Amino acid sequence: MSSKTEDHAEPNYWMVWLALAILTAVELLVAKSPGPKAFVVFSLCALALAKAALVALYFMHLKFEKYALILIVLSPLLLSAIMYVGLVPDAITHLHWLPH
Amino acid sequence: MAHAATMNEVERYENQLTPGWGKLMMWVFLCSDAMSFAGLLAAYGAVRLGSSNWPVPSERLDVPLTALNTFILICSSVTMVKALSAIRHGSRRGLLGWLAGTMIGGASFLGIQAYEWTHLIHEGMTIQGNPWVVSTLFGATFLILTGFHGCHVLSGVIYLFCIFVRGARGAYTAEDNSSVEIAGLYWHFVDLIWILVFTFVYLIS
Repeated sequence: MSSKTEDHAEPNYWMVWLALAILTAVELLVAKSPGPKAFVVFSLCALALAKAALVALYFMHLKFEKYALILIVLSPLLLSAIMYVGLVPDAITHLHWLPH
Repeated sequence: MAHAATMNEVERYENQLTPGWGKLMMWVFLCSDAMSFAGLLAAYGAVRLGSSNWPVPSERLDVPLTALNTFILICSSVTMVKALSAIRHGSRRGLLGWLAGTMIGGASFLGIQAYEWTHLIHEGMTIQGNPWVVSTLFGATFLILTGFHGCHVLSGVIYLFCIFVRGARGAYTAEDNSSVEIAGLYWHFVDLIWILVFTFVYLIS
């Protein structure tokens, strides 16, 4: 199958690589930081999602794809969110086992 | 002539909404694979949240080594996208060189992962238990999560080798390289998943 001609400028892949490397280093620093646990966990999740977004948008060229494909790709995110929310009641019922 | 006729038939079914059947189907597969990993990560989170003696990851796992492993996989994603860029500019040598770099990155990742597994298994960690005073599910969740991902990496390396061989035989050109792009999508997905696994399993304590 012939591929269509690229109609957008090629991203600077090395800049994306640099951003990913920096975010990884920041993740390591945040993981070791003595801050509040909620802040550390939230920050790590945000950093991981930022890195995942960079890979998806630039390396997988999602930023330059058709809108319909982007909607297809986002569907697992929505389904995963529903699954995680569905598991919260079960996980929360075990929290009382933790020492206070 | 027959191939050209078949190509026209395929293209007739493409429309403004689809990027091409091959790419679309790879994305659909990646979406289903993402749900598999989402299920494993959700189960991991639920088990860990409900455990009263889950170990701090940095005390049992080699976080610096795995951070290096993560960096290696990120680098292999760059080499993969450079391979695609090279063939799109008509450079077969560039395609093969960057593909070789990607395969080396993937193989290195697997080697380091194998080293980590060997070390942990020698300490006594298995799917059924561990020698430390921690939750028995620690070993099961770790080995299954990283093992499932490792299988994806191994499959990816084999997949890229096939692309490499076909590329060496001149199967891809500046105009016809969608197979390289589709292989690249799979490889970047493997990297993307590891970014999430590394954060949730190794970093969050």
